Amino acid sequence: MIELWRIAPPRGRIVIALALAVLLALPLAADRYVISVLTLIFYFAYVGQAWNLMMGYAGQLSLGHALYVGVGGYVAALMWLKLGIGPWLGVFAAVAAAAAFGAAIGWLGFRFGIAGVYFALLTIAFAEFTRIGFDHLELTGGAAGLFLPFEEKRIGEWWNLRGGQLLFYYLGLALAAGAALLVALMARSRLGYQWRAVREDETAARALGIDAFAVKMAAVVISSGMTAVGGVFYAFYYNNLFPSQVFEISRSIELILAPIVGGLGTVFGPVIGAFVLTPLGEGLTAVTGRFGINAPGVKAVFYGVVLIVIISAMPSGVWPRLAALFGLKDHAR
Amino acid sequence: MWSIYLNVAVQGVLTGLVYGLMALGLSVIFGVVRVVNFAHGEFAVVAMYAAYALFTAFRLDPLWALLPLAALFFLVGYGLQAALINPFVGRPEHEQFILLVGVGIIIVNVLLIAFGPDSRPVNLSYGFDSYEIGPLIVDKPRVFAAAAAIAVAAALFWFFRRTRTGAAIRACADNLVGAGVVGLNVKRLFALTFGLGLACVGAAGALLVTIADAAPSLGPAYTLLAFIIVIIGGLGSMAGALVGGVLIGVSEALAGFLFAPSMKSMFSFALLIAVLVLRPQGLLGQRT
Repeated sequence: MIELWRIAPPRGRIVIALALAVLLALPLAADRYVISVLTLIFYFAYVGQAWNLMMGYAGQLSLGHALYVGVGGYVAALMWLKLGIGPWLGVFAAVAAAAAFGAAIGWLGFRFGIAGVYFALLTIAFAEFTRIGFDHLELTGGAAGLFLPFEEKRIGEWWNLRGGQLLFYYLGLALAAGAALLVALMARSRLGYQWRAVREDETAARALGIDAFAVKMAAVVISSGMTAVGGVFYAFYYNNLFPSQVFEISRSIELILAPIVGGLGTVFGPVIGAFVLTPLGEGLTAVTGRFGINAPGVKAVFYGVVLIVIISAMPSGVWPRLAALFGLKDHAR
Repeated sequence: MWSIYLNVAVQGVLTGLVYGLMALGLSVIFGVVRVVNFAHGEFAVVAMYAAYALFTAFRLDPLWALLPLAALFFLVGYGLQAALINPFVGRPEHEQFILLVGVGIIIVNVLLIAFGPDSRPVNLSYGFDSYEIGPLIVDKPRVFAAAAAIAVAAALFWFFRRTRTGAAIRACADNLVGAGVVGLNVKRLFALTFGLGLACVGAAGALLVTIADAAPSLGPAYTLLAFIIVIIGGLGSMAGALVGGVLIGVSEALAGFLFAPSMKSMFSFALLIAVLVLRPQGLLGQRT
C-alpha cells in the first residue's frame, strides 16, 4: 500500500487526496439528492471494480454478474429475516454463496474450454436460470419480492445496517475506495501479472508454466465474492429484493457499463465511468422532465446513443484519455 | 392422454421453426461477420410491430407482409453494417457488445415511446381455425407460419449453396485472409451478410406476430432465445439453427404445459447449459 503511494505520480497523489477529502466532507454541504446520487455512484464504482477484475485483468467476459449481486443480497437478507443474524456477519455467508456460484460457473466453463462469447452466454444462462428459479421459490417470497422491515425506532442500528442516508454514503465510499485499492494491490501481485498474461495470450501464458485454469478460477471466485458484498449493500439500502429486478440481464449490463466506459483493466476506469454515467442518467431525467417529456423511454434512448458514441469514439474508455491529458499514468495498469 | 402431449409437441415444432428462422439470421451474421448481434431480438420485435402496423392500416396478412419486411430489413441490415458496425469487425467482443446493446436499448425504448408498453395483437380472420389430422389438432396460423419459415430458410440455403455470391460469403467465413487475397470485397460481403441476417429477422418477425402479441419487452427475451438456439444447434451450421429452434420450441411448449408457462424458458437455459458443457460446438456444429 505504501509502495503504491510511493510510485504514484505527485500530481496523482494530490488529486486522490483532494478527491477523498472532498467526498468525506461533502455531506456537510450537499443536500439529500446529491448524497443519494453519490451513493449510487459509489455502488456502481464498487461492483464495476469487481467485474473489472475478472474482465479487465483476467480477460473473462461475464454478462451475468447480476447473479452474484442477487445471491449476495438474498443470502444476507434471509439470514437477517429468518435467523436474526445481522448483515455484518451475513455478508460472509453471502460472499461464500456467491463465490460458490462463481466457482461452479467457472469450473464448468474453463474445464470444458468454453471461452469468449460462449462463456458470456453461460454466465447469462446461469443468471436467467436463477432468476426464474427465485421467481418460483417460496422461501424468498417468489416473484412478489422480499422486503426488509424499516422502522423509525430502528434507525441508528448501524450493526443491522438500519440507518439514514449518511450511513450508506460513507459505507459506499469505503467500499468503492477499498475495492479500488484492492484491485490496485492485486494488479501488482504475482496473480495480477498472471491474469494479464492469460488475458493477452492464454497459450503463451501456459507455455510459461502459468496454470491458466487456476488463475482464471481465482479471478471468477474473487470477482463473484466481491460482487456479493455489493449485493448486500443493495439489499439493505433499498430494503426490497425482486428476482425480476436483481437478476435481470439489464442489471448485468448496467453493472458493466461503468468499467467499459471508464476504461477496462485500469484501477480508475470503473470509478471514472460511474462518475460519468450515473450523473448522466440523472441529468437526462432532469432535462427530459424540464421539457415536459415524461414519456418513459426518452431517457433510455439518449443513454443508448451515448453508449454508441462513447464506444465508437473512445473504445478504450475515458480514463486513459483523461490520464494522458493530465499527464498522469495509471501505474497499476 | 398421449395425444395431448403429441399435440403440445407439434405446436412446439411449428413455433420452433419460426424461432429457428430468427436464429438462422443470427447464425449467419455471427458465422460470417463474427460480430455478436446483441440487438437481434429487438430487430425481430420491430418487424413484429411493422407487421402489426401493416395489418391494422391495410388489413395486410402478415404472411404477405413477410416479403416487403424481409426486403426492408435487408436494406436496414446492409446500411447498419456499412455505416456503424464495420469499424467494429475484429474488435474485442465486449466493444461489439456495448455497441449493439446501445442499438438494442434505442430500439426497445423508441418502440415503448411509439406504441406504449401494452402488447399489440393481430387478430387474423382465420386465427382460431385449425386442422384435424387424426388425434392431432393444429392451429392454422402456426402451420402457415412454419411453412413460410421453411420456405424462407430454403431460399437462404439455396442462395448460399448455388450462387456465386453465396459461395463468396462462405469463403469469408471459412478463411477471411484467403478471401481477401483472392480479391473478394470483404466489406461489401459483410454488409450483404448482415442484410441477409436481418432479412431473416424481418421475415421471422412477421411470422412471430401471428404466434405472439407484439410487445417492446419481448426484444431482450428474443435475443437470448436466438442465442440459445444458435449455440444448441451449432454456430455456423444453418441446419443447426432450425434443429435448435425446433428443440427449443418443443421444450418451451412441453415445459409450459407440464409446469408453469413462466418457467418455460428455465428449461431452455438448462438445455443451453447442458449443451455448452457436454458438446460446446453444438449439436450439428464442427469443432474448430
